[in-house]
Amino acid sequence: MVTTGKSTIAESAKTPVLTGKSSLVRWVQTVLTFTIFLAIFGAAVSSRLFSVIRFESIIHEFDPWFNFRATKYLVTHSFLEFLNWFDDRTWYPLGRVTGGTLYPGLMTTSGAVWHLLKRIGLPVDIRNVCVMFAPAFSGITALATYHFTKEIKDSGAGLLAAAFMAIVPGYISRSVAGSYDNEAIAITLLMVTFMFWIKAQKTGSILHATLTALFYFYMVSAWGGYVFITNLIPLHIFILILMGRYNAKLYSAYTTWYAIGTLASMQIPFVGFLPIRSNDHMAALGVFGLLQLVAFGHFVKTKVSSDKFRVVMIVSLALILVVGVAALFALTYFGFIAPWTGRFYSLWDTNYAKIHIPIIASVSEHQPVAWPAFFFDTHFLIWLFPAGVFLLFLDLKDEHVFVIVYSVLCSYFAGVMIRLMLTLTPVICVAAAVALSKIFDVYLDFSHTMKNKKVNVSNLVSRLLVSSTFIFYLVLFVFHCTWVNKMAYSSPSVVLPSTTYDGRTVLIDDFREAYYWLRLNTEEDAKIASWWDYGYQIGGMADRTTLVDNNTWNNTHIALVGKAMASPEEKSYEILKQLDADYVLVIFGGLLGFSGDDVNKFLWMVRISEGIWPDEINERNYFSATGEYRVDSSASQTMKECLMYKMSYQGYPELFGGQGIDKVRGQTILPSDVLPLDYFEEVFTSENWLVRLYQLKKEDSEGRSLKDAGDYERSTTKSNKKKNFKKPDLDLRV
Amino acid sequence: MTPKPKKITKTASTASSTANTVTQDFKEAYRLALKSYKEQVSSDARLKLIDIFCAFLVVIAGVQTLFMALIRDTFPFNAFLSGFIICVGQFVLLISLRLQVQEPFEGVPKNRAFGEFVIASLILHFTTLHFIN
Repeated sequence: MVTTGKSTIAESAKTPVLTGKSSLVRWVQTVLTFTIFLAIFGAAVSSRLFSVIRFESIIHEFDPWFNFRATKYLVTHSFLEFLNWFDDRTWYPLGRVTGGTLYPGLMTTSGAVWHLLKRIGLPVDIRNVCVMFAPAFSGITALATYHFTKEIKDSGAGLLAAAFMAIVPGYISRSVAGSYDNEAIAITLLMVTFMFWIKAQKTGSILHATLTALFYFYMVSAWGGYVFITNLIPLHIFILILMGRYNAKLYSAYTTWYAIGTLASMQIPFVGFLPIRSNDHMAALGVFGLLQLVAFGHFVKTKVSSDKFRVVMIVSLALILVVGVAALFALTYFGFIAPWTGRFYSLWDTNYAKIHIPIIASVSEHQPVAWPAFFFDTHFLIWLFPAGVFLLFLDLKDEHVFVIVYSVLCSYFAGVMIRLMLTLTPVICVAAAVALSKIFDVYLDFSHTMKNKKVNVSNLVSRLLVSSTFIFYLVLFVFHCTWVNKMAYSSPSVVLPSTTYDGRTVLIDDFREAYYWLRLNTEEDAKIASWWDYGYQIGGMADRTTLVDNNTWNNTHIALVGKAMASPEEKSYEILKQLDADYVLVIFGGLLGFSGDDVNKFLWMVRISEGIWPDEINERNYFSATGEYRVDSSASQTMKECLMYKMSYQGYPELFGGQGIDKVRGQTILPSDVLPLDYFEEVFTSENWLVRLYQLKKEDSEGRSLKDAGDYERSTTKSNKKKNFKKPDLDLRV
Repeated sequence: MTPKPKKITKTASTASSTANTVTQDFKEAYRLALKSYKEQVSSDARLKLIDIFCAFLVVIAGVQTLFMALIRDTFPFNAFLSGFIICVGQFVLLISLRLQVQEPFEGVPKNRAFGEFVIASLILHFTTLHFIN
């Protein structure tokens, strides 16, 4: 893999040199390009296979488990049944209209691939199709990036960009084998759409604009991030108009794209009438209208003298702007257009989500990005990126404006939300490739030196120095990418890698152990209450009904589960009984040192339920007297009484013979801290205590509350112990 | 175009003479544009055909909107939307074709432009049929 990558980049760097006109040279060029593409494809796929080689062919993380489950449903049912799928095994007792609330692009594509393979006599397991889906599509992404960059600069830059795109960690992070998520296909479609857009905008061809619209439709069917395209393309046009660069090509490209694309995007059930109802899509409509006026104005302009036209244009534009904005406000005010969504506000005000929608803020993907992550994900491309953008500024053709707008917007968004790093990565690759190929155009061109008999030594040395430095960086880049992909992005997070004291690697398989236990030992219609993070996995791996899952469509339902976790057990029992739950699943990382466990997520449960029941749940009560988040003796009474605490630490100190050490929080738990659990009983704890399962006890047969029953039980066991102690006396007497 | 200058005269705080010149400008622009348009259409029958089709589409879209306003209901909203959007879509496709008939784009000959127009229209109609139920 390392060698492939190296040769790829080195070769692609050389191609701009070969610009000869003879047919032989051209033939060699074609063969070289083809070989380079094969190598890029190989590098793209193979660097994504680390997860399969180091672990196994398994679906990763959380969301992919849902996609996998949906795909299985699709291949076992008909397409119409899939679209009308009402899933009664999630969001119990509400259920979820799954067919109407998902983006079906990913599932239908892999379903189609599966059927195709079956048709040609390759009956592959659907799981393997899903696991290998992302790597296969990364090759197509590289190809699309090549064509995109070719339109921006030339084919040399295109090859560099394709090679970068194939192995850059920022993209691999979401497309390793097994990461069967919407983004796996969405980035491919994003690049293909942009590629056709650039072509359409350059040539004005209706066909290219239609293809842009069709791929835009495909993108809409695959990922909610399509809104990015919906706004970026109009912004490109708008800026071009402001720069006074309107021409007929822009009109035919944009209006064709908008008309067909909007109509097509409304075919997706989940999107529905949003494109004409929601504010997120209004910019596109506005630019569409503006373009009609500009086109009309352009026609008038050619007939009227320029200074008179100027007055006419300014006056009409001001009028139209005022009327348009007023209409937009009026329509929003009267409720014809939905106002901007919370996710949109959280893009501009980073504190918005934390205050108003804790459920959005609680997702780690929505946190702002840490600065080192930029270098980690893109290595030396990150400092070539501004240089590339600067070079595009120097040229500033219409298509360059697109890349500049794209890079400025995405740099901001990536800083706000870590998951948007993914949309920034392609433009980093493109801009860096432009900068690098410019450098190579100048410094790797030895034709001048070869022709001249007299060798200019200083010139030659400077050329060699610069180009060898950059080739060295390229080699370093390959090593960095390989290392990052291997170490950071290949963990399935269902199976955890760990090292023993003697340095051997062991796999911690507690999740699957617990889910398999559930599958074998509980009734088929058992309802499992857990925090929403594990909903998809329980549905996918244990095949049991869940109360809440990662879809997070119903905040109240999630808050209800959060309240159950945060309340004392009498209350929790009541809530969970109302929800008809049978088991409660908690993730506890204290023994293993797994920091992503439920005790660490607990504050979000408190915050989310506090948002709904502020008079019952209060975040402050869960902190110790000094305002710290503690789990040891100094934890607050509310904390010690809540269900989450009791379930996590039940029997934990006894494991250590009295003093339990929580490795995640580095605190000591004493037996006296952990209060007895009366309403629930432990039914399963996995090997490393990562997953703990509790069953709701049946109501007491004698009509006592379960707490009284528990108290009585404890008092009798204590007296029994005393009795046992005294028995010898009795024996003697008799 | 004519009602616009009236609004300007109201909003403009400067002397009424500037407002008058603006109105004059508008009138002249309107006259010149109309004149050259008539010349353009009479010289090329294809442009006339395209323009008649465009006008027809505008009328159809207007009738649909009027109908919706009359029955005071949007009930099969997808049907209305598809009916309306196909008018708009076909309109912009026609205008795109018209621009190319007037002055072909670089790299897209007139015949190819027409072929592309047909393909795009077919896709538009297919999507509409799917959406209209």
